[in-house]
Amino acid sequence: MVTLNDYASTVPIAWCPGCGNFGILQAVKKALVALNLEPQRVLFVSGIGQAPKLPHYTRGNLFNGLHGRTLPAATGAKIANHDLTVIGIDGDGGAYGEGVGHLLAASRRNIDMTYLVHNNQVYGLTKGQASPTSDTGFITKTTPNGAGLPLNPLMLALASDISFLARGFAGDIEHLSGLIQAGIQHRGFALIDILQPCVSFNHTNTFAWYKERVYKVESEGYNHADKAAALIKAQEWGERIPIGIIYRQERPVFEEQLPQLKAMPLVKQPIDPMRIGALLDEF
Amino acid sequence: MTTRIGIEVSIAVADAVQLCNADVVAAYPITPQTHIVEHLAELVANGELDAEYIPVESEHSAMSACLGSAATGARTFTATSSQGLVLMDEVLFVASGMRLPIVMAVANRALSSPLSIWGDHSDVMSVRDTGWIQIFVENGQQAVDNTICAFRIAEDNRVLLPTMIHLDGFNLTHVIEPIIMPEESEVAKFLPPNKFPLPLNPDKPVAMGSFAAPGIFIEAKWAQEQNMKASKKVIMEVWNEFYKAFGRQYLPVEKYKSDGAKVLILTMGSFSETASVAVDELIDEGKDVGQVRLRLWRPFPFDEFRQAVKDADVLVVLDRAVSVGGPAGPVASEVKSALYNLAKKPKVVSFIAGLGGRDITVKGFKDIITKGIEIARTGSKNEYEIYGVRE
Ligand SMILES: Cc1ncc(C[n+]2csc(CCOP(=O)(O)OP(=O)(O)O)c2C)c(N)n1
Ligand code: SF4
Ligand SMILES: [Mg+2]
Repeated sequence: MVTLNDYASTVPIAWCPGCGNFGILQAVKKALVALNLEPQRVLFVSGIGQAPKLPHYTRGNLFNGLHGRTLPAATGAKIANHDLTVIGIDGDGGAYGEGVGHLLAASRRNIDMTYLVHNNQVYGLTKGQASPTSDTGFITKTTPNGAGLPLNPLMLALASDISFLARGFAGDIEHLSGLIQAGIQHRGFALIDILQPCVSFNHTNTFAWYKERVYKVESEGYNHADKAAALIKAQEWGERIPIGIIYRQERPVFEEQLPQLKAMPLVKQPIDPMRIGALLDEF
Repeated sequence: MTTRIGIEVSIAVADAVQLCNADVVAAYPITPQTHIVEHLAELVANGELDAEYIPVESEHSAMSACLGSAATGARTFTATSSQGLVLMDEVLFVASGMRLPIVMAVANRALSSPLSIWGDHSDVMSVRDTGWIQIFVENGQQAVDNTICAFRIAEDNRVLLPTMIHLDGFNLTHVIEPIIMPEESEVAKFLPPNKFPLPLNPDKPVAMGSFAAPGIFIEAKWAQEQNMKASKKVIMEVWNEFYKAFGRQYLPVEKYKSDGAKVLILTMGSFSETASVAVDELIDEGKDVGQVRLRLWRPFPFDEFRQAVKDADVLVVLDRAVSVGGPAGPVASEVKSALYNLAKKPKVVSFIAGLGGRDITVKGFKDIITKGIEIARTGSKNEYEIYGVRE
């Protein structure tokens, strides 16, 4: 049996005390334990930011790449080795700004992985500039007159026909952990947008701010198989903010659609140079 | 005015951009550059700088926005560092190919992987061939002065080339230095308005960036190359005018106690000042050494460089970037090729050090110079030495 101890790390944590990332870290560990996944089966892929430091503070395989470029690397790893449970981790800057194009591609292709986006609505690591999800009017050093219109990542994901879309809250670890489990178990691309208070640089969207507003869609008899309903749900923001599974559908994963990958992952296929010998002889 | 004020170099660079009255700033945050653009955003918001500040979503977008802005004839500035600079790469070539006079401050920092936020010159060297004029500065005053000069150089209609100012990340960007900030009126006198000759203008339509078939492509590149070469004259003219107006002199190759010295060390950027101290100490110890500093990296100042080193026996070159598997550090390689055809030339010894934030102390420089003399005398089986590796 896998226990929380298996996911304990001794690396000193460099997040601010009170940061929402602590709750997310706990939720990730709990989900992996609940699924009885051993750390060596898990591959964390992350970019650059406060959120992408998460894998340092637990255990598992890690590929720490470039800011905003998590998904292409994760895609490559998953294609080559389907046996890995791939979890991508980014902040809202990396996921919805610098790397947003990759989000659309991964979602459309339906790569079988889970993507956790710690959405603190700010660039944390670079010390507090507006991000694509900063609320209108959010004042930072790069937006002294207030940020413009925010991007709605949920709508974007739905537009790219995502197969699993959820939103969680770092302040509700049990609920978030359940979403992460569901995301990992889902066959296909799962995006979990996680509302994450940043105590140092976001004094607007605080713990209390989110706490007053979030509600669980499942408690209101919401049907997450209905895409039209999801499109409406995804637009709720402000007074009430929905958390839970927003949309879910079954559709073929990328690996299943390629004849070369169907039978087995690339890493298990023999490399046989002789078979191209005949082809080479033609030239 | 000649009062020095204590100011963070990043803030001073932003203030210099304000003095130049830039019209558009498009940028994305990245350590250790962020303070420059944050301060510009603040100046714009306060109304102290009448400009558009565009907080874009990536450096690729930042440089692309700069293309558009400069193409309309607006005075355009951005700043970046490391991964941000290399992400801009494909756009950098367009800026120079289209002859758009953008000015960019680069807070020099190492490139991933491994991840490092600390300084070296691997970012600079990876954009060496982008067709930008590139100037190195060694301290805050030079950063301010050369930012101002950069606009005048880039926008001069005999030049029209984008220009980078390289200042070392943290060692310069994050330190507080005594700096003389020029008066707005003095800068206004020194820096004429930007008169971009063929701006995007609905009344006089132009097409930019059109396809070049093989019948014309090489001519376009030739023209760009001729122009880059010719820009040196203008750069020197601008520095000369700056000297007359402000009393601080800049040269493509600067010399420190190098006349007649048999051994020279060549440096670039903020480490040059440490190297000067090492040179002083070695002279005190009776050694025949001097220093040359390369300020102008592009266009490479061949004549001035050859002139500066021609009488030396040994030239020790410090690189803060590696050309993995290559002939030497990138600067040393260029220096060697600049000297190769000369009948009398110093022996070039290539050292790579100060990568990813590793400091080079005065003692380190003395060590490098001393080792360099030894290698020049006895030879080495290596093309270059990486100094200070903990084995
Ligand atoms: C190409 C590139 N540009 C800029 C940066 C600097 N940078 C590092 S993290 C980051 C944004 C962090 O914000 P977010 O992704 O929301 O993560 P958070 O720190 O808030 O968790 C930036 C701009 C970089 N590493 N690479
Ligand atoms: S800056 Fe914000 S996101 Fe980063 S560790 Fe601190 S609280 Fe968390
Ligand atoms: Mg963030």
